[in-house]
Amino acid sequence: MIKIVKRDQPSRAIFFFTPVLAIFLTLVAGGLIFFILGFKPFEALKFFFIVPIADKYGFSELLLKATPLCLIAIGLSFCFKSNNWNIGAEGQLTFGAIVSGGVALLFYEQEGFYILPIVILAGAIGGMLYASIPAILKTYFNTNEILVSLMLVYVSKLILDYLVVGPWSNPEGFNFPETRQFSDSAKLPLLFEGLRIHAGIFLALAAVVISWFVFYKTYLGFQMKVSGFSLKTAKYAGYKGKKMIVLVFLISGACAGLAGVGEITGPIGQLHREISPDYGFTAIIVAFLGRLHPVGIIFASLVVAITYLGAETAQIFMQIPKYTGQVFQGMILFFLLASDYLLFFKIKFIGSKK
Amino acid sequence: MHKFLIRSFVSSLVLIFTLTVAAVAKDVKAAFVYIGPTGDHGWTYQHDVGRKAVEAAGFKTTYVEGVPESADAERVLRQLANSGHDVIFTTSFGYMNPTNKVAKEFPNVKFEHATGYKREHPNVSTYAARFYEGRTILGTIAGTMTKSNVIGYVASFPIPEVIRGINSFTLAAQKVNPNIKTKIVWAFTWYDPGKEAEAAKALIDQGADVIAQHTDSTAIVQIAEKAGVYAFGQASDMDKFAPKAVLTSVENNWGPYYVDRVKAVANGTWSQKDTWHGIGDGMVVISDLDSQMPADLRSKVKKLQADLASGKVHSFTGPIYDQKGNLMVAEGKTADDGMLAGMMTYVKGVEGDIPK
Repeated sequence: MIKIVKRDQPSRAIFFFTPVLAIFLTLVAGGLIFFILGFKPFEALKFFFIVPIADKYGFSELLLKATPLCLIAIGLSFCFKSNNWNIGAEGQLTFGAIVSGGVALLFYEQEGFYILPIVILAGAIGGMLYASIPAILKTYFNTNEILVSLMLVYVSKLILDYLVVGPWSNPEGFNFPETRQFSDSAKLPLLFEGLRIHAGIFLALAAVVISWFVFYKTYLGFQMKVSGFSLKTAKYAGYKGKKMIVLVFLISGACAGLAGVGEITGPIGQLHREISPDYGFTAIIVAFLGRLHPVGIIFASLVVAITYLGAETAQIFMQIPKYTGQVFQGMILFFLLASDYLLFFKIKFIGSKK
Repeated sequence: MHKFLIRSFVSSLVLIFTLTVAAVAKDVKAAFVYIGPTGDHGWTYQHDVGRKAVEAAGFKTTYVEGVPESADAERVLRQLANSGHDVIFTTSFGYMNPTNKVAKEFPNVKFEHATGYKREHPNVSTYAARFYEGRTILGTIAGTMTKSNVIGYVASFPIPEVIRGINSFTLAAQKVNPNIKTKIVWAFTWYDPGKEAEAAKALIDQGADVIAQHTDSTAIVQIAEKAGVYAFGQASDMDKFAPKAVLTSVENNWGPYYVDRVKAVANGTWSQKDTWHGIGDGMVVISDLDSQMPADLRSKVKKLQADLASGKVHSFTGPIYDQKGNLMVAEGKTADDGMLAGMMTYVKGVEGDIPK
């Protein structure tokens, strides 16, 4: 007989085990879907998860893809840990890219070592400014940050549309919606000749280290944790809640803004309408899959990044519809949430004793 | 002995070489990169119809759908170039820079970019269709069929391609009905059924009884069907989605061009080109004319179609005035391709301003 028993305390081992379980279940379910669609499941999974990163170029593409995901997810983990639901990282990414792109365009056809730092800083500031809107509205007017931050995503995309169609469009570009190409000094340096992986990865790694330090070694990290468990306790302990809300949103916005900078000054090299394939939203999955832990997020961003690459490879070599990549991302989140059940309940096998 | 070995080695090398060359010449593989899903019944759907024509002509093809114009496009292109494809068609404007970038690294692979203008390397061609010719036909029909004299037009982005379409449409409508007004709603999307439907509703509320569109979904014709107004299909024959509303469609017919170019690669006769084909070359096709249209209109349209194909009629024949009344094209003259390619002003009779 099987009996489901509530745990006295959420299991810590299970806490880090469930993401692995979720990935495993996703692979099984994915294989099953491939089988139903009439593809050989193991071959399909091979093209999905192994072939894309089997060579140097593929591996660099994996890192390129994981960089913005990791950066944004680290930022989001500050918010999520402290019970602030910033769903609008995509908007903060877009606005950061707008500000840094605008600065990069100011330096059009200029060269100089000082340009890139200014461009990067501008992106972080842009992201912070944009994240401050839901934060301030939440602290002073008690608005729902989920709605505000989400709606601002669409606003930011419209602003970007307006700029690249109108005032910032390339004067030699026949009015097509794109800006001029940035000068080399405004672009992140490539790490290896012939590969697209760029210096932006160091921003992500720095974010990982800093966040680990803040989470586990500072008073702020402790405050965030307490607020995450119980807002009432935090209040009772006398924490200045408002200040912290604004701070975590600013950190989150800066990270998303930097991710935007990495895209436009890295592989894209200009502003146009589509600078991110919804990294800001996918990073939410990454943050939870990584258990809001800096190291977990590194692994999670790599896993999710591969679903993007794998979908392309699977379509090229096996004609599997590319949108299966999104199905995989959805399944990972679904199985993660489902297996979180195990955190609070355990399954007991009870023998038929007399 | 030594000589024999060398000779056999050389001859086998030659043999392998000829075999490889023969194999390559026969097995030309074409790849297609799509911005949307193949099931959009619009832009991407029609490119995929073209791809199937290439398959039917005996070539192998690969496609990747839903490739964003973000940093991802470059990776997909490089992967296709790296995996034995000889010619790659990139079917959205936003692939322009990645196409040229990857083309530089793969000089032996041919690249064909739709609707762009950059051909930075000898292995990059560009192609586009003179859709404005189709819109001359639609304008003629709209101007005749409207009763309210208000024609709605759902536009995507204020780029020359779209402005040109609005102008060509309006000029043709004015020719048959000098009282018409063209009202524009900018949807700022190529494909978003929700937004497109909203735009169509807004236009119908403003009294439009014929709706034209320069966006790709079937939402607009379906709204028109419900509201009991006329509409035109875009990119593919959308009659089955709104049998009462759709009077005709302008179809993008890429197949002949694709087959032609892939064959050219197979024969080794491919060379860089900038192609801009219209009704005459069959790249722009007018679907069946609906029987709700009076017989004399239908025969008029048929004749106009033939005249556009033969070049006897040009969509932009003077005198053409802009909104302020300045002369754009003098009487008896036609607009040249340079003017068409950079067209960023409305003609007289279009309402509103181009968003800046």
